[in-house]
Amino acid sequence: MQTSLWLSLLLVIPLVGAALIVGLRASDHLARVIGIAAAALELALTVVVALAYRASHTVGSGSTTTVFDFTYRKVLAPSLGVAYDVGVDGISLFLVALTALVILLALVGANESRRTPAFVAWLLVLMTATIGAFATRDMLSFFLFFELTLIPSYFLIAGWGGSQRAAAALKFFVYTLFGSGFLLVGMVYIAVRHQHVFGGDLTFAMSALKETPLSSGVATWIMIGFLIAFGIKSPIFPLHTWSPLAYAEAPIAGSMVLSALLAKLGTYGLLRFAVGLLPQSLDNVRPVVLTLAVIGILYGSGLAAVSKELKKVVAYSSMAQVGFIVLGIFAGSQIATSGAVLLMFNHGVITAGLFLLIGGIERRRGTSTISALSGLQGPAPVLAALFTVVMLASIGLPGLSGFVSELLVLLGSFNAHPWWAVVATTGVIFAALYLLWAYQHVFHGEATGENASIPDATTAERWVLAPIIVLVVVLGVYPAPLLNKINPSTHAIVSHSTPQGVSR
Amino acid sequence: MNSLAALIPLFPLIGFLLVLVLPKSTTREPVSGWIATTAVLASFLTTVISFVWLLGQTEREVTIHLFSWLSVGPLNVDAAFLLDPLSVTMCLFVSGISTLIHLYSIGYMHGEKDFKKFFLYLNLFVFSMLVLVLGNNLLVTFVGWEGVGVCSYWLVSYYFTKDSAASAGKKAFIYNRVGDVGLLLAMFLLFNHFGSLNYLTIIGLGSTVPLSSTVALLIVLALMLAASGKSAQIPLFNWLPDAMEGPTPVSALIHAATMVTAGVYLLVRMSPVLAWSTSGRWVIAVIGGLTAFVAATVATSQKDIKKVLAFSTVSQIGYMILAVGTGAYSAAIFLMVSHAFFKALLFLGSGSVIHSLNGEQDLRKMGGLQKYLPLTFPTFLIGWLAIAGIPPFAGFWAKGDVLTNVYAFSKPLYVLGLFTAVLTAYYMSRLFVLTFRGDERFREVTEGHDPHESPWVMTVPLVILAVFSALGGLLDLPWAHSMSLAGFLDPVFESTVSPVLGSHLSEFVLAGADAAAGIIGLIIAFSLWKSTSPWPRFESSFFEKVWRWDDFYDFTIGRPLQRVAQFGSTTIEPKVLDGAVVATAVSVRKSAEGIRKIQSGFVRHYALVVVVGMMLVVLFLVARSW
Repeated sequence: MQTSLWLSLLLVIPLVGAALIVGLRASDHLARVIGIAAAALELALTVVVALAYRASHTVGSGSTTTVFDFTYRKVLAPSLGVAYDVGVDGISLFLVALTALVILLALVGANESRRTPAFVAWLLVLMTATIGAFATRDMLSFFLFFELTLIPSYFLIAGWGGSQRAAAALKFFVYTLFGSGFLLVGMVYIAVRHQHVFGGDLTFAMSALKETPLSSGVATWIMIGFLIAFGIKSPIFPLHTWSPLAYAEAPIAGSMVLSALLAKLGTYGLLRFAVGLLPQSLDNVRPVVLTLAVIGILYGSGLAAVSKELKKVVAYSSMAQVGFIVLGIFAGSQIATSGAVLLMFNHGVITAGLFLLIGGIERRRGTSTISALSGLQGPAPVLAALFTVVMLASIGLPGLSGFVSELLVLLGSFNAHPWWAVVATTGVIFAALYLLWAYQHVFHGEATGENASIPDATTAERWVLAPIIVLVVVLGVYPAPLLNKINPSTHAIVSHSTPQGVSR
Repeated sequence: MNSLAALIPLFPLIGFLLVLVLPKSTTREPVSGWIATTAVLASFLTTVISFVWLLGQTEREVTIHLFSWLSVGPLNVDAAFLLDPLSVTMCLFVSGISTLIHLYSIGYMHGEKDFKKFFLYLNLFVFSMLVLVLGNNLLVTFVGWEGVGVCSYWLVSYYFTKDSAASAGKKAFIYNRVGDVGLLLAMFLLFNHFGSLNYLTIIGLGSTVPLSSTVALLIVLALMLAASGKSAQIPLFNWLPDAMEGPTPVSALIHAATMVTAGVYLLVRMSPVLAWSTSGRWVIAVIGGLTAFVAATVATSQKDIKKVLAFSTVSQIGYMILAVGTGAYSAAIFLMVSHAFFKALLFLGSGSVIHSLNGEQDLRKMGGLQKYLPLTFPTFLIGWLAIAGIPPFAGFWAKGDVLTNVYAFSKPLYVLGLFTAVLTAYYMSRLFVLTFRGDERFREVTEGHDPHESPWVMTVPLVILAVFSALGGLLDLPWAHSMSLAGFLDPVFESTVSPVLGSHLSEFVLAGADAAAGIIGLIIAFSLWKSTSPWPRFESSFFEKVWRWDDFYDFTIGRPLQRVAQFGSTTIEPKVLDGAVVATAVSVRKSAEGIRKIQSGFVRHYALVVVVGMMLVVLFLVARSW
């Protein structure tokens, strides 16, 4: 009953919006209206999909247990393995919804001043590309969508970014493209190998590829390629050096998309393809990956603490959060994997909120350099309060969303990998350290100079932040609606990747 | 009936939400203060009802299940409360004393710009503390645990335009976070071993699932780290004195009823786990004893009235931790309850003094206030005698109870504890003399006026707290065990070891030693501080500067970490990591020198590369399929 129509609609709506904007030669205002309408419709549909999603349901006469729902598959070119194959499971479901939410908020809330029809259109194209990557069950289409995200992202950074935007955009583009090569080679190898062993048509369907028999050595080489490709996107230490520049130079909407969504493409890829397709290699790479994840947590925290610019604080803080996600993904425990998936969503919401608030500060003061800001809590108490809530969620305060996911990751990884978990746990101190430090310098103290006369949060700004605050509080207190849908999928992926069955 | 207890933390939350969402016109001063006070009072009355109801039950362990919070695979954590003698005792004094502090704050915070916000934080603080003590598992406790941490951050940095206040708030949060890591690790270890975070499950399994002594020790150490953050013990005690930057009612709240008692509560709640590790309990006892002593020496040399009280809190909590280490859990709680009364009294009393002197906190600018503060003076006098351990006030009984148990546990620790008792009586008497007796040194501060007594909302709480500080000893008279606090609490600790007590004769001797310690300290103080002009010069700056503890941390941890981070940001990131990337790019560029188009830097060329790459893939696939 639940067919492809829904997901296909999700892929088409933003493109229609973008086409309308371009085709009608829309004015700034009309483009904005079309963009917001398309994104709002998209969000509404993703909410319906998220609510209607069932991990197991009856197909035809027999009862089937499949974690994917809203599936549709049509082979387009059998001999080439090209297929249109969509579907969501508990891992991708909420990332699809997150994409719609973040892009809607970016359209409504990020810096209005320089927005043009092209800006809106690129964001809509990016929405299709990102949702496409999350909603496909075919690795070739994933790759195409994954690459497709580069083009709108590049133009968003290069066209609307800060003073070093050209360099930042180029570095982002080349770096990511470089990684994709490894992904491509690995992917094709697995598919060819699959055909070689099982015969039949070439296929890139994930359900098929994950059954491909690979020796542990070959799997490890492919895994290394995947780690480079997704590790750049996520980013994982030491492949992150494009990201602080890109996050800081991008327009606010771009920073939101980069950190909340595109980074998740990387971690999603790690879980879906690196762990999901190459379980034979896990024992070989796990110590290295876990170590890099933990280094990322500490290194990101350390650099966040000495950053001179709010956007860079959040950029490095994102890197630390990605460290937690990667730790959860590679810990080989269902608790940790569920935590990592939940953290992908929660971090997306939180980091989008932080960038929106930094955008608000930039609008008022023309800068987000920490030394230029002081005492903002005096003239703008509501803005400060909103910032505080989102910041505390990022710090991982219990009762807010960040805590639940971080706890699951740490608790889950502690069982099998206690030492990594212990070091990672100290990361929660550093998160408090750098964010409270930044907060103190920006919001506490006397408001000097122009800082003293800034206006408080406008009604519009409060409404834009409202969904983020609600999600942060509600999912902190009651994460069950998400966890209940995530758990069957993480169970499936963890039991597939651990031969002995599911561990804690 | 039994689910009524869920309302105990709910009322302050409702108060918080009401003050938050009601329109500004209805929540201006003093209305928001009264809403908040009423909310906490309602919570107190609910606690009293629950307490009376619990007394009538034979099965005094009631779980109140709210909803399933976290459920993944083998992990199942409920949002649920546990009502038992321990949690209801905590709730009684937490909500009771918090009510008085709320009432007092309406007067004290009069005229503050952020009056409403203050009460928002205060209600949230009490809510968090009640969740902490009522949680039926470690994770719910952890919600309250970090909740009080963040509320203290807000309240301590309440005067946020002052840099010192902002830094003190941050320091409180960070130190607490270090402790929180301890609690997280304890949770991981316990979950690993028992597959549950539920107190009753862990305690129940404790006797059947054997625990290696190493793991038990690790758990106890992690719990102690947690407790030392929240309860301001060595090595994490030095955030608490800085926390004096907050308004005085906040200090009273943090020091007496909430926050610092949390660590003691946690250890007492986990007492069956402590019982598995004798070495772990030794660590706890030694840390408690040393903290009591170190903080007492520091308190002897402070010039700020609130700082003296702050270090006296650290020292008194040290006694409680010491008691926990010796296995005297009921004694620890008894001291906690008595201390809550007299420390709240002393802080609110000092607030009244500060209020009368236009905000002056320096003991050198006080003196002779006795006749100007007709209500503050006698109530403060009772608080002073209570904490100094003079019979028959509450502190004498409670501290005596602790020291008796320590005597049975370890003689050296007992000597340390007794000596600290002398110091306690000394520094409190010094404070008392310098504030209320001697020359009037405050004329400069009051610009010649006479100091004035505080309004009734501030003095009524003082009188109530004075009564309890005087009579608190009745809670636990040694010869009426079945009617006492210990008799009520002991079933909670039935599975744990109880120290062997000596004969009645030795108990009387020990009690005599306690009383003597208090009186000696008192006499020394009175004789040393007879005259304050010129100001005596025998006080050690080493003690005044807290044994240079902050400098030590700054030198060994703070600055090295900062240097490492700076090195990362100025060298590793740009030169090593990004340098490698740039070098790779440059070498690629050189080797591809011939194909000039690619390095022209225009994105369409790179887009072309993407397209060409994809076409190559397709070509490859086509070739394969032949």
